[in-house]
Amino acid sequence: MNWITNYVRPRINSLFSRREVPENLWTKCPECGTMLFHRELSDNLNVCTNCDHHLAITPRARFAALFDGGAFVEVKVPEPIADPLHFRDQKKYPDRMKAAQKSTGEKEAMLVAEGEMGRTPVIAVGQDFSFMGGSMGMYVGNAIIAAAERAVQTGKPLVLFSAAGGARMQEGILSLMQMPRTTVAVKMLKEAGIPYIVVLTHPTTGGVTASYAMLGDIQIAEPNALICFAGPRVIEQTIREKLPEGFQRAEYLLEHGMLDRVTHRKALRDELISILRMLTGQPAPTRADLPAPEPATTEA
Amino acid sequence: MVYLDFEKPLADIEAKAEELRAMARKGEGAVDVEKEAAALDAKAQQMLGELYASLTPWRKTLVARHADRPHCSDYVQALFTEFTPLAGDRAFGDDHAVMAGLARFNEMPCMVIGHEKGNDTKSRIHHNFGMARPEGYRKAIRLMDMAHRFGLPVITLVDTPGAYPGKGAEERGQSEAIARCTMKCLEIGVPLVSVIIGEGGSGGAVAFATANRIAMLEHSIYSVISPEGCASILWKDAEKMRDAAEALRLTAQDLKKLDVIDRIIPEPIGGAQRDPAAAIAAVGVEIGAMLAELSGMKPADLIRDRREKFRAMGAHALAA
Ligand SMILES: [Zn+2]
Repeated sequence: MNWITNYVRPRINSLFSRREVPENLWTKCPECGTMLFHRELSDNLNVCTNCDHHLAITPRARFAALFDGGAFVEVKVPEPIADPLHFRDQKKYPDRMKAAQKSTGEKEAMLVAEGEMGRTPVIAVGQDFSFMGGSMGMYVGNAIIAAAERAVQTGKPLVLFSAAGGARMQEGILSLMQMPRTTVAVKMLKEAGIPYIVVLTHPTTGGVTASYAMLGDIQIAEPNALICFAGPRVIEQTIREKLPEGFQRAEYLLEHGMLDRVTHRKALRDELISILRMLTGQPAPTRADLPAPEPATTEA
Repeated sequence: MVYLDFEKPLADIEAKAEELRAMARKGEGAVDVEKEAAALDAKAQQMLGELYASLTPWRKTLVARHADRPHCSDYVQALFTEFTPLAGDRAFGDDHAVMAGLARFNEMPCMVIGHEKGNDTKSRIHHNFGMARPEGYRKAIRLMDMAHRFGLPVITLVDTPGAYPGKGAEERGQSEAIARCTMKCLEIGVPLVSVIIGEGGSGGAVAFATANRIAMLEHSIYSVISPEGCASILWKDAEKMRDAAEALRLTAQDLKKLDVIDRIIPEPIGGAQRDPAAAIAAVGVEIGAMLAELSGMKPADLIRDRREKFRAMGAHALAA
């Protein structure tokens, strides 16, 4: 079984990738307004160098920084039926998909990768908010199941970075069914004794939080990430009162007992390595940006 | 009788028939008034049959939410004996949107769990319109766990617009509670059957309906989002709910084609609200049939059956 589709070195790859070359070389920090040079911003993992605001980061860029030497292999995700409901709103669903694929250079809203970080083998799953709001449809469900299966098969821990507005409405009930489907995947991990760590990033809302994104052994969030089931606007409309400052943000959830930790993006890698090595009974890590392992070590 | 907007012509005919009979009772009007009224009845009945044979998805949504439709407590009262409500999540409170407890179904002890919407202003507020808070899901988790330990089948009756979007509900972990409840459904080694009796609203419904067998009443709905919500997001206009209801394929008929549900339970002509007793009896028959299909299965097989069922979902598309 060939589960490896391609072997990529994203740091090199990224120089040529469409989405990594912004038309505008400057990005304005939405929080403090500072103009950030794109190179400087990406070197800083898309965290504002002035105010520490965490801007969105794609799974590919995140994985490039996460894995040793930026090297990882993609885990193949089974293709679901395209547009199973023949959904049409103001646009046709296949047209929305094509537009998202064109603007992101990605096939879908989730990337599953296998590699080593700090010489610690790991399966990583990244949800891509830039692809139709990271919405959860059949593909995302298939990706999580594929990741869990691979983790169980190899005994490697699984780290999932969530980012989604919720369900993919264009897949109707089948998007809703990804809640139980992905929960089956989490169940597989738990029964196999595989550590499952969730890193919630801004924003993670709706059915995604009400399934796999809230079922980690350890729940970490990036600073100020919006994490909720019902969005603040819906709640304000329902209860007709103003919500408190910081409501549904990572720090608020931490204070209410819903998270284990809130961790700065730049501290995340070391923290994950440390936790994973403890959970899997390995010796203390070597803390350095290690070169990529030999490709052979990641072969199945 | 509460009439829906699209039932207006029907309401007119039925009102006319009633008017004729009222006149007859007072001794006014012609001798053959009953004959005329009966003719109107027949016309109304025919119209009712035609209307309900071709309900659009949006009309089904309205029927699924109909105030006179039998609710969870009606089913529990009629189909179960010795219902013993059990309350509380042992952490924060008791959620009145979720009614649950021990009961007997055809003599067999079981656990029944469902959303209750209430049927007048006071009871609707008491039951929070069937919108559960984390405590409701945590109560269900606790009781499903108990059912598992004592080998009791679990029967869930789903009727909710969705989980409650409130400040406290979010602070106390609405999403975590729903996720855990869905996971609990996947863990229990006892038969779990679910009937969507009205509205199957999003994650709030899934948390109870991750079952071995799922049935829907003929005019109930089950959806990832309400048609109004979908319309306001995708059409940027909540008034486009008819289009959204169409696009979402939220009817029992479409969900059966997608293999998301197993059975469609026929409703009386004119919907469950026209003849609640008949609708309730039909649901009872189907619950019995679903439990019979699962009887004799070992705990591990029941768990496997449930997981494989959900893993396999999405294998079929609908015809264009
Ligand atoms: Zn800034």
